[in-house]
Amino acid sequence: MIVLENVGKSYGRTAVLRDCSATVRLGEVVVVCGPSGSGKSTLIKCINGLVPIDHGTITVDGVSVTDPRTDLPALRTHIGMVFQNFELYPHMTALENVSLAQIHVLRRSRAEADRRSEQLLVRVGLADKLASRPDELSGGQQQRVSIARALAMDPKAMLFDEPTSALDPEMVNEVLEVMQALALDGMTMMVVTHEMGFAQRVAERVLFMDHGEILEDVAKAEFFAAPRTKRARQFLANVLSH
Amino acid sequence: MSDFDWGVIARSWPFLAEGMALSALLVAVATAGGLVLGFGLALMRRSRHALIAGPATAYVTVMRTVPLILVLFWFYFLVPLVIGRPVGSLASALIAFVLFEAAFYCEIIRSAIGSVRAGQTEAALATGMKRWQVMRYIVLPQGLKAMTPLLLNQIIIVFQDTSLVYVVALRDFMTTASVVASRDGRPTEMYTLVAVVYLAICFSLSKAVEHYAKARAT
Repeated sequence: MIVLENVGKSYGRTAVLRDCSATVRLGEVVVVCGPSGSGKSTLIKCINGLVPIDHGTITVDGVSVTDPRTDLPALRTHIGMVFQNFELYPHMTALENVSLAQIHVLRRSRAEADRRSEQLLVRVGLADKLASRPDELSGGQQQRVSIARALAMDPKAMLFDEPTSALDPEMVNEVLEVMQALALDGMTMMVVTHEMGFAQRVAERVLFMDHGEILEDVAKAEFFAAPRTKRARQFLANVLSH
Repeated sequence: MSDFDWGVIARSWPFLAEGMALSALLVAVATAGGLVLGFGLALMRRSRHALIAGPATAYVTVMRTVPLILVLFWFYFLVPLVIGRPVGSLASALIAFVLFEAAFYCEIIRSAIGSVRAGQTEAALATGMKRWQVMRYIVLPQGLKAMTPLLLNQIIIVFQDTSLVYVVALRDFMTTASVVASRDGRPTEMYTLVAVVYLAICFSLSKAVEHYAKARAT
């Protein structure tokens, strides 16, 4: 579904991604973890072309992201993305946030889009928040709206960039539960997160990154039982001790 | 006090109203034209290509460093020389105002666009929206809110600047009042009127600015 081959990216002289290769198969849930600044977010933003890469190739569902002839907006329509800071549109209600791209990208009628948005907001547990603006919602609620916004485009895969990092601890679970339900439904997901509990429950595979390199790409059980690299062992020890 | 003759205002009102109409026309055209051209300049300045951004930056810098009165003169005297026929006072003043104000509106619009977090654009692009759609539905509505106070401020400045058109033989409100003042020998009455009118208009506009600034802060 998602194939990265030898992806490299530098900002000036600083290499943020070095020779990264990975594959996410249809229906698979892959967790990307690693210390801050290891390139996880950059990696995930390359997949829908939000961050252009310097070399290597990326394909999603057989379509090249890196080919300049590719219609990037059309490709992005099929890849949902959820951001660390939610990035809901503050001048619109929850319902309008979810409907906007359906109307202007998928060309659904407003009524049709709103119907779909309502279904999705109900699904993420926000049936009573349709008319609320982002600043009237808690962080957890905002992130659930943003998941609904991504799902509204009927994506083939979902990318999550640290979806719970900006949340107060008591709101983390409500977001993880929505994500877990999505994974059970068979959604292909790539999730950058520090939530190792989520990884243990939901992920099939774990990518461990440090200094722009993918150091481990292994089955979940293997990663948690016996990481191959020293840095992954150190990272796990630090994260799991909390 | 008996020396004052406030009746002069009523008697010369049609003439003064013509001046006010010209001032209003200048403000309206300078604002509308300046916003359209300024928006184009702002988009150019945001371009990654130096060939697009460079000329816009140069234009804005020049217009912001020369006095408006020079631009007015310039269009009135120079353009006819270049195109070989006179443009007329009104046309040249309108063009000069639009071109001059565009530079200021460009900077206002640019800072408004810049005030919208980059993550908003990323999020909208990620849903498959095209760049112009992101601008239209996400960035501009938020930026417009941020720029309303600056915009009103600029309109106040344009209104005050309209009095400069006397240099190309046009009669704005200020000029008509000053004509009446010297013709009827009533400078005190007329300049008091001018002061009161400018005060009333600019004061209510700046109150509107305050109102918006407060609404944004909460």
